[in-house]
Amino acid sequence: MSATDAAPAAPGRQAAPPPTATTPGAARRTWTGSALQSVLAIVAALVLGGLLIALTDDRVVETAGYFFARPGDMVSAMWAAASSAYEAMFYGAVYNPNGNTLGQRVYPLTETLTVATPLILAGLGVAVAFQAGLFNIGAQGQLLIGAALAAYVGFAWELPVGVHLLAVIVAGALGGALWGAVVGLLKARTGAHEVILTIMLNYIALNLVAYLLTRPAFLRPGSSNPVSPQLAETAMFPKLLGEQFRLHWGFALAVLATVFVAWLLQRSTVGFELRAVGANPRAARTAGISVTRGFVVVMVLAGALAGLAGVAQVAGTERALTAGVAASFGFDAITVALLGRSKPWGTFFAGLLYGAFRAGGVTMQSMTGTNIDIVLVVQSLIVLFIALPPLLRTGRDRARSRRGRGSAATEGVRA
Amino acid sequence: MTFAPRTSRGSRALSAAALLGASTLVLAGCGAAPEEGGEATAEATDFAGCIVSDSGGFQDRSFNQNSYEGLQAAAESTGIEVKQAESQAETDFEPNLNSMVQSGCDLTISVGFLLADATKTVAEANPEARFAIVDDSSIELDNVKPLVYNTAEAAFLAGYVAAGATETGKVATYGGMDIPTVTVFMDGFADGIDHYNQVKGANVELLGWNKDSQDGTFVNSFTDTSAAKTTTQNFINEGADIVMPVAGQAALGTLDAVVAANDGGNEVRFVWVDADGYETLDQGKEYQLTSVLKQMSTSVQDVVETAAAGEFDSTPYVGTLENDGVGIAPFHDQEEAVGEELAGEVEQLRQEIIDGTVVVESENSPQA
Repeated sequence: MSATDAAPAAPGRQAAPPPTATTPGAARRTWTGSALQSVLAIVAALVLGGLLIALTDDRVVETAGYFFARPGDMVSAMWAAASSAYEAMFYGAVYNPNGNTLGQRVYPLTETLTVATPLILAGLGVAVAFQAGLFNIGAQGQLLIGAALAAYVGFAWELPVGVHLLAVIVAGALGGALWGAVVGLLKARTGAHEVILTIMLNYIALNLVAYLLTRPAFLRPGSSNPVSPQLAETAMFPKLLGEQFRLHWGFALAVLATVFVAWLLQRSTVGFELRAVGANPRAARTAGISVTRGFVVVMVLAGALAGLAGVAQVAGTERALTAGVAASFGFDAITVALLGRSKPWGTFFAGLLYGAFRAGGVTMQSMTGTNIDIVLVVQSLIVLFIALPPLLRTGRDRARSRRGRGSAATEGVRA
Repeated sequence: MTFAPRTSRGSRALSAAALLGASTLVLAGCGAAPEEGGEATAEATDFAGCIVSDSGGFQDRSFNQNSYEGLQAAAESTGIEVKQAESQAETDFEPNLNSMVQSGCDLTISVGFLLADATKTVAEANPEARFAIVDDSSIELDNVKPLVYNTAEAAFLAGYVAAGATETGKVATYGGMDIPTVTVFMDGFADGIDHYNQVKGANVELLGWNKDSQDGTFVNSFTDTSAAKTTTQNFINEGADIVMPVAGQAALGTLDAVVAANDGGNEVRFVWVDADGYETLDQGKEYQLTSVLKQMSTSVQDVVETAAAGEFDSTPYVGTLENDGVGIAPFHDQEEAVGEELAGEVEQLRQEIIDGTVVVESENSPQA
């Protein structure tokens, strides 16, 4: 445990000065643990998920009825259920050996990258905010507003090739940045908690988009279904590998964004200030860094990144704005950032993994009939396994210091 | 060590539970093993019929479930293979449809107009694969068959019955969302009431929907039962004694309110939509006046069976009173309350709509 980690939770801390970053020790440990912990959490979650698939399988239930007469049946049935489900998931997420052409065989991998694109972008938005000590639960709302603005520019404006897509990207980033800026400003000015603010703004964004989709300006002519017109061809990301794949240049945007965020955090002054604010706001203030400005800057940045995820949706895959265009990407992004330990490249790879889960889940469902909810269970287990060790450690520390009081107090601080 | 006793008590309870669980497992596992190699199910055909739900899932007691049941029925009658995929979000539509095509589906049913864009894209990219889409007629492709339902006709009959059966002279309706597949019910209901007023010189009032201004009451959700309950209570307070919710699962809130009103001595009834509520509901079905039926399961079954026999065509299917694609449910427990005279008039009206003597028009009806 490093000194910066312990600092915010150090004993004898006085009443918190307004407004301050809110990262107690356990939370900070959860968000910045090691890569090994992440990998172990994934493995453990997959094993438990496999067990769950096996135990709910019809054939397993049937063979359990005569377990003591022929136990081998149940064991092999369990293995068959879990392995075939995960095999199907692999076929759907990485490589399909049953494909007739090379295109069909690599299609799953391109699908994984496609689904990962918004996850990576929104995940970066969450990760960057956390580096400055803010829990950005609002990626969903930022993504939606970004998508709405991007979609509007995409279907309502007529611009030349190239310029149009650029305008769509800028509009999406602006929309998300605006939604993030509201949070940053309110927190900086009034000290309101960003978790509450972002959650509330998610609802406002969702209902705002639902409202817009009842207005003629956002509807297809002659239709009152809540679906916007399709974006113009010039507003769409070109396909990265040809028309037969859904993978589009938005993925390249996600890679660029990752490189940019990594540079920003590690190499730039702004990034240094943000990390200083996140590590210890009071020390940062003493060192002459404006904490309130940091909050606004980081939320604008986080919002813009989530807004780009919205662009990836409307200009990449969906081609139209609907109230469900964000799916649950904004919330999944929190998990992605958590699994990626709030590091840019960590978030990138975590986004790929979650993209693979989502893409593979589709095939698993149609090939083996395994319920798609199992994917959600595995994803949630990963979060649990990441969050559990730091929580247990904090609980143990507390119990120990309660027991010992005077004598064990030093030990508690050390742990 | 203040929590030590609690821990030991906890672990004792835990071991007792574990023992119980283990013994249950032991008992459960004592069956005899079946003979080896006794399984051989013949595949009647290699046709695969597949279905992709919208985000409601196949257990929504509404149109996803209905369509799914249609596919299952077709599978039972023809022995085809069935594959299904539930969409958790709108972004899953296209991947799910693609996955169906790639796993060799001959016919894929898309449930709901929300899947229209995705279905069109996938159908264009795979001209050899076939699709049918429920509740949408916007796609004009040789390999996509639209399945739409002119529910206004059936709701017209329900409106007529409701106008004839009300004792307070006020009936009500509300929708889940302001979308055509919902408001088409409300339009028909409104016209049915108007027709009754014209024929009988009555003055039955409809709350919750104005057909001319296309304006009315919506709970803005298909799942929010508490909003549905409050809305229904408001209608009852305003004097309505028959309520027709067009709100998917949320309509269960209306059921609560109706049962509560009847328990309080207030005679209130409801009109269910999509399926016959008398057969699908757990409580309060004795208060069901009738149901506006949208026979998705029959039409899906029909399309799948036809396609399995190699006779797929892309002509839109429009469910009407004439082809029994829409209709109203029997009056069940309310038969006496409706009376033979009114029931006779409704049957006659049904014929008149089929003949074209009475024309049911709604701007929300499917164009095909």
